[in-house]
Amino acid sequence: MKAVYALYREGSSAQEAVDRLRALGLADRDITVISSQPMEDYEFGQMDKASGIWWIACAGGLVGMSIALGLAWVSEMSWPINVGGLPTWAWWPNLIITFELTMLGAIIATVITLVVTAGLGRGGRLYDPEVSNGFILVGVENPPDGRVADLQRELEAPSGAQLRTV
Amino acid sequence: MATASNVTHSHPSPERMSADLLRPLLQTSWRFYLLVALLGSIVAAGAVAWVTQMFFGFGISGIRWPIYWGFYVTNFVFWIGISHAGTLISAILRLVNAGWRRPVTRCAEVITAFALMIGAMFPIIHLGRPWLAFWLFPYSSERLIWPNFRSPLVWDFFAINTYLTGSMLFLLLPMIPDFAVVRDKTTGLRHRIYRTLALGWRGTPKQWHRLESAMSIMAVAIIPVAVSVHTIVSFDFSMAPVPMWQSTIFGPYFVAGAIFSGIAGLIIAMAVLRKVLRLQEYLLPLHFENLGKLLLVMALLWGYFVFNERLVTYYGNEPSEMTVFWQTQRDNYAPLYWTMVICNFVLPLIILGIRKFRTITGCVIASIGVVIGMWLERYLIIVPSLGHKYLPYSFGSYRPQPAEITITVATFAAMCLLYVLFAKVVPIISIWEMKAGDHPSPSLIPPATEHHKLGELHL
Repeated sequence: MKAVYALYREGSSAQEAVDRLRALGLADRDITVISSQPMEDYEFGQMDKASGIWWIACAGGLVGMSIALGLAWVSEMSWPINVGGLPTWAWWPNLIITFELTMLGAIIATVITLVVTAGLGRGGRLYDPEVSNGFILVGVENPPDGRVADLQRELEAPSGAQLRTV
Repeated sequence: MATASNVTHSHPSPERMSADLLRPLLQTSWRFYLLVALLGSIVAAGAVAWVTQMFFGFGISGIRWPIYWGFYVTNFVFWIGISHAGTLISAILRLVNAGWRRPVTRCAEVITAFALMIGAMFPIIHLGRPWLAFWLFPYSSERLIWPNFRSPLVWDFFAINTYLTGSMLFLLLPMIPDFAVVRDKTTGLRHRIYRTLALGWRGTPKQWHRLESAMSIMAVAIIPVAVSVHTIVSFDFSMAPVPMWQSTIFGPYFVAGAIFSGIAGLIIAMAVLRKVLRLQEYLLPLHFENLGKLLLVMALLWGYFVFNERLVTYYGNEPSEMTVFWQTQRDNYAPLYWTMVICNFVLPLIILGIRKFRTITGCVIASIGVVIGMWLERYLIIVPSLGHKYLPYSFGSYRPQPAEITITVATFAAMCLLYVLFAKVVPIISIWEMKAGDHPSPSLIPPATEHHKLGELHL
């Protein structure tokens, strides 16, 4: 058996299922919860919230800034055109390019972090298309054979549960 | 008449919502093909006009000394301005957690992406030999010509490309969960395409948190970028010693004008979508009223900037500037100028300032006026100044020719065509965000007071 899970229409039932699985001794990382919208008003919606994405975005911004300064320096020094008496290396106009590439670096770093940390592009995990109809999936992937009956019992207990296995 | 205070937020059920918002993707009528054919033929006419211009040269256009910037640069500035509808407004509404934004954001973000693409084409169209556009890129060619990094035109390149990249990603990221919904509702080839686009999205709490964090960061990053883009477009003018151009107010004046025209474009797009895709339960009078109020604020701000710009010029009484000033106030360009003032200031003030007229129809009429007025504003910034530079020997006039008019009309058709095709393959209202509106974050639920019972929502 690859997974045992149940579908719930109500968030409160899904929350009860998660609590029951925890009471069985399962850690949050072993419990799979899937919904078709963010469920921040339930406790299970707060799982896996911590991330360093803001810091990574800042680092990306620094990389972008470095690229901008390097590009401006190489370009201006390789062909030093006299423009209206401005110095060859002029800070004011360079600030604009630096700002744009800093922001671009932060944006690209954010997107890459999202793709990597959210596991996008990785298939073959537990999923049920019924989630798109508003159901909330709570389940356990690769459950130990000896505990399947316990898991099924706990997942089936909340009201409106539709128990399934794959 | 529905107003912000008395509209209730009772959304359809999740199943109904999915069915309603996926209907345009799953059902196609003959009207769709007819519309695509019509718009496509106009775009094709524009392409023919461009190829003709490349073949015969700029002699067939109205662009000649001393007015080298005509319709094309007007369109460039106009479309970059329209692009401010989406990402900027969407980012601000996301950051302030405005609940009413949910059905609006994607309609708006799409405008940004397509308007930027169209706007960014005009510098290329404006080149006599567009196939040599790569000469603008910084690379070590045998000609030893490097782009001048201190030129505002190079700033444009970086600003527009940053904004375009950011806006595309800002549009694409929240589409991933909706692609997953379409994936689950389709079969065959369409299923395989949407499965690829959904990138294996499942909807775990981790994925939702990462997506929302990413959207917050991008919203924070994209707002200053959006402001910088139109400021830099204004620098194309204000850095040049041309009468009425060298003004310190041009940056904020252009940004305000861009947001102004952007909101107007958004209102028109939403009204058309509401009618054609039967989205009356999603795009409510409340949304139009709120955007109408924003449009009214921007009309007042626009009027304030224009008043400042004109009054300071008038008091300065500098001869070359006064020549351009009088051209727009009482001479050749006066009819266009006063039409602009009526469209951009008088009309919105009357229609949107009086609550009775602030209906969907009223907002659309005011918005059409603003779009026309803002296009005229760009034209009036460019042409009278270039045609009246300092000494009379350099005075000249500009008359747009068929090639320029055809390309201009074609870009409007291109915008509509891209929008129609987009609405055919992607839910134009974000399904997951609409559903999330029914499960709001606790931060949106105000604490209990004498006036509000706990749990009552005020989105």
